[in-house]
Amino acid sequence: MEKDIIEHSLNQSRRRFLSKLSLGLGSVALGSLLIPDLFSSPGAADAMPTTGLPHFAPKAKRVIYLFQSGAPSQLESFDYKPKLREMMGQELPDSVRGGQRLTGMTASQKSFPMVGSAVDFKQYGKAQAWVSDMFPYTAKVVDDICIIRSMHTEAINHDPAITFFETGAQQGNRPSMGSWVSYGLGSENKNLPAFCVLLSKGRGNGQGVYSKLWGSGFLDSIHQGVKFSGGGDPVLYLNDMKGMSRQGRRQMLDKLASLNQISYKEFGDPEIATKIQQYEMAYRMQTAIPEVTDLSKEPDSIIKMYGPDCLVPGTFAANALLARKLSENGVRFVQLYHQGWDQHDTLPTEMAKQAMDVDQASAALVTDLKQRGMLDETLVIWGGEFGRTNYSQGQFSKENYGRDHHPRCFSIWMAGGGIKPGLVYGETDEFGYNIIKDPVHVHDFQATILNQLGLDHEKLIYKHLGRRYRLTDVSGSVVKGIIA
Amino acid sequence: MNRKILVIFSLICMLGYILQACLGSGQKEHSLAGTEDPGYNFDIRPILSDKCFACHGPDANKRAAGLRLDIAEEAYKALKENPGAFAIVPGMPDHSQVYLRISTTDTALMMPPANSNLKLTEQEITLIKNWIKKGAKYEKHWAFTPPAPRPLPAVKETAWPRNAIDNFILEKMEANNLQPNPEADKERLLKRLSLDLTGLTPSIPQMDAFATDKSPEGYGKMVDEFLSSKAYGERMALFWMDIARFADSHGYQDDSYRSQWPWRDWVIHAFNQNYSYKQFVTWQLAGDLLPDAGKEQILATGFNRNHKITEEGGVVDEEYRVEYVTDRANTLSKGLLGITMECAHCHDHKYDPFSQKEHYQLSAFFNNVDEPGLESVVGGPETYAKRPLIEITDADVKNILTFINKPASDNRLIVSVMGDRKDSVRKAYLLERGAYDAHGEEVLPGTPAAILPFSDQLPKNRAGLSAWMFDPRNPLTARVFVNQVWQEFFGRGIVKTTGDFGMQGELPSHPELLDWLAIDFMKNGWDIKRLVKQIVMSATYRQSAVASKEKLATDPENILLSRAPRYRVAAEFTRDIVLASSGLLNRGIGGPSFKPYQPPGLWEMTTSGRGVLNTYNQDHGDDLYRRGMYIFIKRTSPPPVMGIFDASNRDQCEVRRLRTNTPLQALAIMNDPVVLEASRVLAAKLLREKGTPEGQVEKAFRLIVCRRPTAQEMEILMGYFNDGKKTLTREDAKTQVDVGEYAADKSLDVISHAAMMQVVSTIYNLEETLTRT
Repeated sequence: MEKDIIEHSLNQSRRRFLSKLSLGLGSVALGSLLIPDLFSSPGAADAMPTTGLPHFAPKAKRVIYLFQSGAPSQLESFDYKPKLREMMGQELPDSVRGGQRLTGMTASQKSFPMVGSAVDFKQYGKAQAWVSDMFPYTAKVVDDICIIRSMHTEAINHDPAITFFETGAQQGNRPSMGSWVSYGLGSENKNLPAFCVLLSKGRGNGQGVYSKLWGSGFLDSIHQGVKFSGGGDPVLYLNDMKGMSRQGRRQMLDKLASLNQISYKEFGDPEIATKIQQYEMAYRMQTAIPEVTDLSKEPDSIIKMYGPDCLVPGTFAANALLARKLSENGVRFVQLYHQGWDQHDTLPTEMAKQAMDVDQASAALVTDLKQRGMLDETLVIWGGEFGRTNYSQGQFSKENYGRDHHPRCFSIWMAGGGIKPGLVYGETDEFGYNIIKDPVHVHDFQATILNQLGLDHEKLIYKHLGRRYRLTDVSGSVVKGIIA
Repeated sequence: MNRKILVIFSLICMLGYILQACLGSGQKEHSLAGTEDPGYNFDIRPILSDKCFACHGPDANKRAAGLRLDIAEEAYKALKENPGAFAIVPGMPDHSQVYLRISTTDTALMMPPANSNLKLTEQEITLIKNWIKKGAKYEKHWAFTPPAPRPLPAVKETAWPRNAIDNFILEKMEANNLQPNPEADKERLLKRLSLDLTGLTPSIPQMDAFATDKSPEGYGKMVDEFLSSKAYGERMALFWMDIARFADSHGYQDDSYRSQWPWRDWVIHAFNQNYSYKQFVTWQLAGDLLPDAGKEQILATGFNRNHKITEEGGVVDEEYRVEYVTDRANTLSKGLLGITMECAHCHDHKYDPFSQKEHYQLSAFFNNVDEPGLESVVGGPETYAKRPLIEITDADVKNILTFINKPASDNRLIVSVMGDRKDSVRKAYLLERGAYDAHGEEVLPGTPAAILPFSDQLPKNRAGLSAWMFDPRNPLTARVFVNQVWQEFFGRGIVKTTGDFGMQGELPSHPELLDWLAIDFMKNGWDIKRLVKQIVMSATYRQSAVASKEKLATDPENILLSRAPRYRVAAEFTRDIVLASSGLLNRGIGGPSFKPYQPPGLWEMTTSGRGVLNTYNQDHGDDLYRRGMYIFIKRTSPPPVMGIFDASNRDQCEVRRLRTNTPLQALAIMNDPVVLEASRVLAAKLLREKGTPEGQVEKAFRLIVCRRPTAQEMEILMGYFNDGKKTLTREDAKTQVDVGEYAADKSLDVISHAAMMQVVSTIYNLEETLTRT
């Protein structure tokens, strides 16, 4: 009989199986059998079978991904190219472009005049990393972060490129990175979702974000990202109606549970037992989430570090601070999206505004985590979906120009979670057009994130419609050079 | 103390199993055959397919050691790398390298190799050994051979079956020592039938009529009543919307509006008119190519234009045009043929006998559409449909397209439809690695030979493709649709992997029944209503849903159907139940989608700022109370409550929704304003009806749960009502009833109103309410 149940469980989804589990244990501690709880005990990993997860000892327990949607220019941030200033206005040599496909926006452009950064760069930290003057706060933490200047991707338009970064495929309804992590590792806490999403908008040209970026694809929807918002309901429908007290809700839930118990007795359907528990979980979330999302109790020193915007709900700074709090409370994957980095024109002024909105809080997050001793086990990522061209799009002058999409090279940074601090990794040619050393493909990047979490990207698979899918599709290898 | 240890121990054990369960999902069900004489199709092939074919299967590029195990002649041949040895020697496992290599403990020789992360179980190894011993007989994959006529199985309990379905179901039950459940009680049965056929709760007059009708025809009469209601077409249209990935926005990036809803009106109409499945699909695939193509037939082809269309400036035109072609081929494959053709996009299929070339031959049917990849970026009403398109005029609506619910508006109503290039045929190519610009050899329209070769007599266009689909020798079309409908009425298909009838898909739980239904469906003119009626008239369908401990233990997933399945209704129907039972429901059919209450900021936070969908403008008045299936779907920010209840995001063709049970669902039913508003309005209505509070609570319960409450249930609910009356303050009560835009009834005592509203809202939160029981 027990063997039957075990064998049968192999065919079950986690949810259905849990239903049966709660059934078998009767009324004992039902509340603690909720899905996330099962993953909350640190010692439990030891009891896992050899096929279990994580695949090996993790360096990072969780991730905070500060996605800069729209693609910030590497040439005005972390990839210093004095040559472009020297060759200002000169035609991009065909030998450099090498037949690279262009977007429809500049493909018909007759001339491709190179343009250097309007903003100056300086060197910082032990590694003497070049950082532009647009990012003064990030410049101060270069010894804590690893700048990768050799990222490259396959897509040249926003939608497919962001989708590629987040799901491993340009098209298709695949699970997002946070969903894969939730699927592989579960949640570390019992009152919050494993995967949370925070949105903000800058002052620059935006390209939208899409719910498929935090969708769970073919995975169970418990793994989908739960969007948190700064104002009103931090999670959809979390707040009870006005005029309903906590005691009122408690009373209602007690009545509801006794009524649901009656049908459970009649039908014996384990889903009913699960339903009762989900209402209890909802009740607990109603208390736990407002506590976590309340930033008003943060000390002045923290507010100062993140900047005054962090008290304005819905700003990047507020989201960065909220990300730290969620992470601290055991959320596995906090995904931020900040829109506005698509500078096809007026790049110098627009990008400066964008940078001003995110620079201080991004650096503050790294410092804050470090001060709390959390940086070692929290992987922080900052970057966009592709880079920008070294030639100007449309009319240009030294002070005013635009840059089109460029998939062949761009820069991101990572910090904590077992990534080497103070490292500048990879190199592009003097034109800032092609990678000449240590290229990192999007799938390599994804494989590395999973690796830091103790997951083998080739083994974290899900069989759907006959095929074994993984985040990294059919390629990718861990970037060993950036691992501490 | 003991109990505590038990809990901890169980937790530790369970953890392991759960992880295995998560990671190993999608495994095959055990065949009922013994291990002594395993059959190829049901016992062996699933193992070979899952564990061996990736390297020793149909994909020529990835084939290792030149060995392929999916074809008998190849498997029996001398090994290319070791001509003295053979992979399989029928009758002699000990001389068969296959058996030797899977059973060895030498890791250098072991198959599958360690780096594949695949492993055979002891039982699988024994099965393969015994199969080779018995002669290693290969069979063609069951789903690629036409359904065979099946005699009705004999059963012991001859009094039970009401129609043929029951013979097949009962036979399997009896073979497994199971007895069918008795028929469900009348109240439960009526609710089930009503939800299944209309997506709505039955009315009290319907409940009363059915309860008092003791004649044997009573049930059949209700079936006919529901089948002839307009709501039947809406209910059936819902799953077709998922297959057809219907939405109200273009789907990429700026994600602006599209006016594709007249196509949805047509689908509802088609189901209500009971168009045969053959006509239904033929018009959608090739309505424009029919000799007598009128506007209705052309409108139907909107099916193949529901895919996402980019409006992102700067894309490479051809990249997206190819994407649309691919999407159509995938939708046809997954939704109508139950095969995973998309696997052959970049290489030969690794498991099924479909070559990459065949994938592009199938795509070629959709390659000649007179369309660009990027027609325009976001703009005004001229961008609401993309070429090719038709305009639907008021005259059309008056004369031919009478089923279209066109609101009075100055805008031209345009719909994207299919239309091929007239002057020339666009060449189609095999695309190397699936890359849009890597043209390989040129291909002509064609179909996978393993299913049914494309006859030379047929035109090489979508009309020919439709004829091929409905060729009686096509092994998939009828089976796949019958299975899809079965899934709609039993919560899971006879083949559980609705979109994959291939070698990696699950095997049918009742293969003979599937064949019988498919043949019966074809013989009776592909009549959909008849098929539905056949299913709901069966004794199998009418069983009670009570799950005894014994049945839960022996058949926890209810594969053998010895009880009625019990599951939460589709997202859209959760809303319909709430609106119908409260009396708020606007029963208007079709027309443009509407925008219900939605928490603020969802569209605004995700939009690029461009396009007419950059801000959410909620509707008002009667429009607020329309059925869930008409909720506006903006793909990049789909309706939140629908998503919470597992609705499709309509990104791609979807044939089966997951069904989760989460705390977010609890929050949504507790606090979604539409549920609170319905509770408030229904409470007011009941209080106005005078009568006793007991009578009012009982009526609320009947309207919502569709049965009379038990004494125990009444006691709990009345206790809650009376407590509320005593403890609610006037201030809180006033605040609580202030929800929703529906006119408030100020004449009522506000404390009684709030107390009754809490009771109604609690009934909406009952598990049984949103469950098909």
